[in-house]
Amino acid sequence: MNITRLFTTHRKLLLMGFLILLIAFVLTFPLYGGARTRVLITMLVYAILAMSWAMFSGTTGYMSLAPAAFFGTGIYTTYLLQNHLPLPIIIVAAGLISFVLAVLLGLVTLRLKGIYFTIFTFGLVVFIPNVVTYVEGEVTQHHGWYFNVLDRTIILYTMLGLAVVTVLAIYLIRRSRLGLAMQSIGGNEEAAEHMGIDTTRTKVLTFAISAIFMGAAGAVLAPSLSYSNPTIAYSAFYSFVPIVAAVFGGMGSLQGPIVGGLLFGFLEKTLKVEWNTYFMLGFGIIIVLVILFLPTGMVGLVPILRDKLGGAISKWRKGREGEQHANT
Amino acid sequence: MAEAERLLGLITIGILAGGVYGLLAVGLSLQIGVCRVLNITHGEFLMLGGILTFTFSQLGINPLLAPVIVGPILFGLGFLLQATLFRGVKARVPSPSAFEGNALLAAFGVMYVIQYLARIRFGTQSLPSQYLTQPVPYVGINLAVNLIVGFAIAAALGIAVYLFLTRSRVGKAIRATAEDPPTAELMGVNTNTILAVCFGLGGLLAAVAGTLVSMRTPVSTAMGFNNTVIALIVVTLGGLGSVPGSFIAGIIIGIVSMLVAGLWESVLIVPVYYAMLMVLLLVRPTGILGKK
Repeated sequence: MNITRLFTTHRKLLLMGFLILLIAFVLTFPLYGGARTRVLITMLVYAILAMSWAMFSGTTGYMSLAPAAFFGTGIYTTYLLQNHLPLPIIIVAAGLISFVLAVLLGLVTLRLKGIYFTIFTFGLVVFIPNVVTYVEGEVTQHHGWYFNVLDRTIILYTMLGLAVVTVLAIYLIRRSRLGLAMQSIGGNEEAAEHMGIDTTRTKVLTFAISAIFMGAAGAVLAPSLSYSNPTIAYSAFYSFVPIVAAVFGGMGSLQGPIVGGLLFGFLEKTLKVEWNTYFMLGFGIIIVLVILFLPTGMVGLVPILRDKLGGAISKWRKGREGEQHANT
Repeated sequence: MAEAERLLGLITIGILAGGVYGLLAVGLSLQIGVCRVLNITHGEFLMLGGILTFTFSQLGINPLLAPVIVGPILFGLGFLLQATLFRGVKARVPSPSAFEGNALLAAFGVMYVIQYLARIRFGTQSLPSQYLTQPVPYVGINLAVNLIVGFAIAAALGIAVYLFLTRSRVGKAIRATAEDPPTAELMGVNTNTILAVCFGLGGLLAAVAGTLVSMRTPVSTAMGFNNTVIALIVVTLGGLGSVPGSFIAGIIIGIVSMLVAGLWESVLIVPVYYAMLMVLLLVRPTGILGKK
């Protein structure tokens, strides 16, 4: 049976089977127990961060190093509001606060060339936690944040819901006028400007939309942490993860960052405990290699492999036919 | 009166410490301005410079002589990075405008590689690398000798780089390459070599800055990131591609950090840098001495 043909002729059947497996998997979440639930939550968080990062930076080419700023703000929002509002409203609030923050940041820096934008977002990750630490020390006198613990399974389902919303939103944005405008900015900003696209507005708006999901992800994750503080919540690691994951998976496509985020989350949670140093070292090497040799990421490997495999199989069959002809 | 003396003391320390920031920023400014690489591994080069200085001092080599060994090593590393990795990235990008982004992402991978290789070799603990800590009395406070020596070395090296860029043949080639690479190429400049030299020079300057920092504070393999942030802020403040600008901005940042830490609260140092940067970007996006 030819593999390429299997995929094309039975595509619908395969897709159905995959969906049924996925739904069964999702419905059985409560059965997995604490540690696996935590791994799944992390995978989803990384996928959301990577998707929203790639939505803006992957398409426009403006490299944002700010995800941790929005993600941490989401965690902080939950801490501040947890005793006053129900979680769904907190999640929306965290998204909105991140949105406003991103608009302010975007208005200051996105008029400038890409390099200044990157520098600014890079320092933001150091800036915000220091301000929060100062405010906490001076005003509230509280150090460290404790969360009302929620059942992890509920958090997992909420995170899954958020991930689905994020995928849908990004899918729709990519197909909209806004998405096209973003792509043309990534291609050639000057030309886009001449075509009548308000480039600054497009950049600020999409940057801010991407921040919504990052902030919301932080807000959902917070109740599973039990303890956090500004240094942990705003850790620069959360800015690096989406970039690493998105580049690894392939930042040009919709599915690339999802695959990259899920995979990175899984590998991190299963390997990092024992292999922390070597794990990050390995990922550094992979990033360099991917940038150099595989600009479309891991997702880009699929068609290449499929073609190669299909080609090899048909060659082998031809070879065998040729042999048979020779024999007769 | 005592208050005025204290202020003067803080400002003096700030100026002296700022010289090292300036030196660090000059290197980064070259890499961004000429090679077009937003080199976020710059702080890691400083870290390597500091750690290697400490390692050599354990072997009996005077920290003041360490730059003679550490400098060339990191020059070589920077040279190789540009000659292989960033040149490769440039050759493979679909359009020239995509280079900056892809180079940043590649630098990102390199940052992890350097940092974690250093961790495997040297661990994560702080290493007591201070040197020349004898105090020198000065208007009511004590300045450490390493502060004064550090400033002198940084300033001397800064002047040397400035003269190299403005007076020498290679410096001229570097400036031509920064301005217009294709034309420079037509004039017989081997731009690939020039870019690699530039990147290596940036690495060398970061290494020396690392040595100077290691004389004042303990070093650790985790120190790179914060220094990258400081270097980026100084470069932006000073204006890309301006050696005097980098030094002026470095000294401003040094003074501000001492004043904020001394009179207010040290967590607020970076936020204050940030506020300055934000105002500057709104008023004058090209930095203090940067060209259009």
